[in-house]
Amino acid sequence: MSTLARTPALAERLGITDGRGRAMWVLGLCLAYFATLLLAAAFMGDAGLSTDFPNKKLAPCFEFPFGTDWLGRDMLVRTVKGLCRSLGIGLLAATVSSVVSAALGTLSATMGKRTDAVVTTLIDLVMATPHLVLLILVSFACGGGATGVIIAVAVSHWTRLARIIRAEILQLKQAEFVMVSRKLGRSPWWIARRHMLPHIAPQFTIGLILLFPHAILHSAGLTFLGFGLSPHNPSIGILLSESMRHISTGYWWLAILPGLSLLVTVKLFDVLGNSLRVITDPKTSQE
Amino acid sequence: MLSVKNLSIEFSRYGSARRRTIIHPVRDLSLDIGDGEIVAVVGSSGSGKSLLAHAVLGLLPGNARTSGEILFKGTPLTSASMAALRGRAIALIPQSVAYLNPLSRVGRQVYRASRLSGKCRATAARSTDRAFARYRLDESVKSLFPFQVSGGMARRVLTATATAGDADLLIADEPTTGLDPVVARQSLSHLRELADLGKAVMLITHDIDAAVTVADRVAVIYAGTTVELTPARNFADGALRHPYSRALWNALPQQGFGFVPGNQPMEDDAVNGCIYLDRCPDRTGECRCAQPLRPVGKGHVRCCHAQG
Amino acid sequence: MHAISASFCMAKIGRLVLILSLVSTLAFTLVSLSPVDPVSAYIGIDRMQISTEQEQRIIERWGLDRPAPERFLIWAGNVLRGDLGQSMIFNEPVTTVIGKRFVTSLWLMASAWLLSGVLGFVLGVVAGTNRGSPADRVIRLYSYTLASTPSFWMGLVLLAVFSVSLGLTPICCATPPGVSPDDATLWQRLHHLILPAATLSLIGVAQIALHTREKTIDAMNSEYALFAFAQGESRAGVAWRHAVRNVALPAVTLQFASLGELFGGSVLAEQVFSYPGLGKATVEAGIRGDVPLLLGITLFSALFVFTGNLVADILYGVLDPRIRIGTEEAK
Repeated sequence: MSTLARTPALAERLGITDGRGRAMWVLGLCLAYFATLLLAAAFMGDAGLSTDFPNKKLAPCFEFPFGTDWLGRDMLVRTVKGLCRSLGIGLLAATVSSVVSAALGTLSATMGKRTDAVVTTLIDLVMATPHLVLLILVSFACGGGATGVIIAVAVSHWTRLARIIRAEILQLKQAEFVMVSRKLGRSPWWIARRHMLPHIAPQFTIGLILLFPHAILHSAGLTFLGFGLSPHNPSIGILLSESMRHISTGYWWLAILPGLSLLVTVKLFDVLGNSLRVITDPKTSQE
Repeated sequence: MLSVKNLSIEFSRYGSARRRTIIHPVRDLSLDIGDGEIVAVVGSSGSGKSLLAHAVLGLLPGNARTSGEILFKGTPLTSASMAALRGRAIALIPQSVAYLNPLSRVGRQVYRASRLSGKCRATAARSTDRAFARYRLDESVKSLFPFQVSGGMARRVLTATATAGDADLLIADEPTTGLDPVVARQSLSHLRELADLGKAVMLITHDIDAAVTVADRVAVIYAGTTVELTPARNFADGALRHPYSRALWNALPQQGFGFVPGNQPMEDDAVNGCIYLDRCPDRTGECRCAQPLRPVGKGHVRCCHAQG
Repeated sequence: MHAISASFCMAKIGRLVLILSLVSTLAFTLVSLSPVDPVSAYIGIDRMQISTEQEQRIIERWGLDRPAPERFLIWAGNVLRGDLGQSMIFNEPVTTVIGKRFVTSLWLMASAWLLSGVLGFVLGVVAGTNRGSPADRVIRLYSYTLASTPSFWMGLVLLAVFSVSLGLTPICCATPPGVSPDDATLWQRLHHLILPAATLSLIGVAQIALHTREKTIDAMNSEYALFAFAQGESRAGVAWRHAVRNVALPAVTLQFASLGELFGGSVLAEQVFSYPGLGKATVEAGIRGDVPLLLGITLFSALFVFTGNLVADILYGVLDPRIRIGTEEAK
C-alpha cells in the first residue's frame, strides 16, 4: 500500500500497474511495429533492389544500415521486402491451418465416435513424422513454389489447435449452462451460436496468432533449405540461404541482420498472442 | 510454551478494478498452549486455522503481512528464529501422505526429518527406529512409498515423521479428517500420549467431537478471530459463553443439527464491532463497539454479554 | 520389468504397424502427386541428349508406366522384405544410404540431445526454485527468445563468429577436406561436431528449460515441499531432495518425446554446416527428386519418433514407483 502511494501517479494514469493494462500497451506497440513494417515496404520503392556494382559488398553504414550484397543491392530494402513476403506466406499458411483445425476439431467433437476416431488418427499421423520431413514431403508433392510452402505449413500445423478446440467443445457440451439450454428446448444451432461461439472464438483467435511464429519460422526454414520460393522474389529464407555462400568470406551482415529482424518479428507475434490472452482471460486479471 | 497474541495476517491482491485489495483472513487471533497441554483450534473452513499453523512455522507466502506477537518459550519469534526452530523445536504433523515426497521411500523421509532436527547420522537412524517402534510400524514399512500406505498406517507414519526430531511443540493439522472412527480415535490418542510426555500440542480441526474428547482447552475461531478460549469440558457441560461456540456445538448431529443462518464475514470485509454481529441471535446495540477478548470464568470470551 | 508386459508389447507393436502403414500410404500418395518428373530430375541437364527409347527404358525399369496404386503395392511388398529400393542420387540401396548417414547424424543428435537436456533441466530447476529472481528473469528471457529464433540463423551466427571471425572451428562438413570419415581422428570429428551440436542444443534448451521451470514451481509449492520446509529443510534442500526428483521424470520423458523436433532441427543444422548426415540427405532427396530415398527417410523418421515416444512410455513405467509397483500389485 505504502509503495503505491509513494510512486508518482504516472504509472497509474498509463494503466500499467496491473497485468491487463501492461498487456494493452504491449499490444499497441506490437501493432505499431507491424504497421511500420508494412508502410516501409510500401513506400520504399524498388530502387534498392536493382544491381549497383559501385556500391557492392558495403558493410552497414549510415547510408546502408543493413549493408549491401555482392550485387550492390540495399540489404535494408531486401530485408524489409523479404520480411513482408515471409510474413505474408506465414500468415496465409497459419490462417489456412487454423481454419483446418477449427473444422476438424469441431467435426471431431460433434459428429460422433467414428469421425472422432478418424480425426484423432489423422492427428497421430501428422505427429508421427518430424515436422520438417512432412514439410519437405508436402512441398515436394506440390512441386515447390510459394504455394507448396503455404500448403506444407498449413497441412503440418493444424494438429495442436484442433486438439484444443476439440477438447474445448467436448467440455462445453458437458457444461451446465449448455445442458440447461438443451433441456429448455433450444436448437443445437442456437446453443452453438450463443453458448459455444463466445467461448471458442477467443481461444481460436489466440491459437491462430500463436500459430504465426511457428508458421513463419517453418516457412522460412523450408525456403532456406531450397524448397519453394524463387530467388527473384526475396524472402528471408532466400536471403539467408544466399548469405551462406558469402559468410565464409566475412560478409556477416548478409546473414546476421535479416535473421535478427526475422527473430524480432516472430518474437513480437508471440508477445502479441500472449498479451491478447492476458487481456481476454478473466483469470489473469487477478494476478 | 506457545503464546499467540493479537495475530493478524493480511494479503494484498490485485482486484479486477485495477486496485489492490487487502484481505484479512486472520484478525486478532490469540491463544496460548502450555507444556503437556493439548489446545484444539476449532472453526469452520476458511476461519484461518491453517494460516495460524503456517504463521507459527514461518511458512506464510511472501505477500503476507503479519502483526501481533508469537512467543515461543517466552521469546518473540522472528523469521530467523522460526527458521531455526522449524523441525527442531516446532514440528508439523500434516494432514495426509500427500505431504510426503511421492517418489521417496517412507523410511528415508523419517530419517531425513530426524537428521534435519540436528541429529548426527547414527542418532538419526536410532531415533528413526524408535519412532517406527513407538507407532508399531513394521521394519518393512520403511521401504514403502507414500502411495502405498493409507488410513491408520498413514497417520502413524506422519506422526512418526513429525516426532522423529523430539520437537517440544507439535502442530497437528486435521489429524482425523477422512478417517474412520476407530482410526481417528487412535490418531488422537497418539497426540494425548505426546502431551502426556510433556509436549505442547496444537490440534487444528473442524471436528468438534474430536477436539472435545482429547483436548484440554479449545480455542474457537470465527473469521480469523478467537471468539472463545475455554476448557474443553465446558462444551459438554453447557458452559460455553460465546453464542458462536454454542452454535458450533449445537450443530453436531447428537445435538440435533442446530442451524444458524448466514455466513462468516468475507476475508475482504472490514469489521467494526462484534465479528459475529450479523448472525448473533442475542445482538444488542452494545455489540457495535469493538469487542476485546476478556477473561470470563476459567476462559476468555470476546462478547460483551458474557458473564462469569 | 513388470511394467513391460506382453499386452503392452502387443499394443505397441500394433500401434507401430498402424502408424507405419498410414505414414507410408500418405508419403506415397504425396510423392505420386508431385508434378516433379522423376526421370528428368534423375537425368538433370542431360535431358536433351537422351533419346525417347532410353527414357522409355528408364520408365519401365522403375515401373513408372504402371498406375500409382499398383506401384504402391509393389513398393510396399519390397519394403516388407526389407528392400527400400535404390537411391537415385547416391546410386546405393536406400537402406545403406540411411544407415551410413544416420550414424553420422547420430553423433550430432546424441550430443545435442544430451547437452540441451542437461543444460535445460539445470536452468529450469534454477529458474523454478528462484522464481522472480534475476536468474529466473534471465533464463525466461533467454528461453522465450530462443523459442522464436530460427535455428538455421543461429547456426549462421555461430558460423560467422566462431569459424569466420575467430577461426576456432571449421566452416563445414564432418571431416577436414580430403579426409574420408573412416580416416578422420576422433578429435577431428569432434571439432567438426562442436558448432552444429551447439546450434541444436542452444535452441533445444528453451523448451526443456521452460517445461522444467513450470514443474519446479509446482513442486516448490506442493504439499510435500511445505512439509519439508516445516521440517527445517532449506530452499536449496527442498529443491535438491524433493523438487529435482519429481521434476526429472517428466523432463526425461519430454526429452525422449521430442525426438521429432531434434530430427527436424538436425536437417536445418546439417544444411547450414554442410554436415553429411541424414538431414542433408533428406534435403537432397527432396530437391533432386530421389523418390525412393525420400520415402525411405520418411519411414525411418517415423520409426525414430515412435521409438522416442516408446522409450518415454517405458521409462515412465520403470522410474515412477506409483506406476511400477501399482502394476505389480495389480497382478
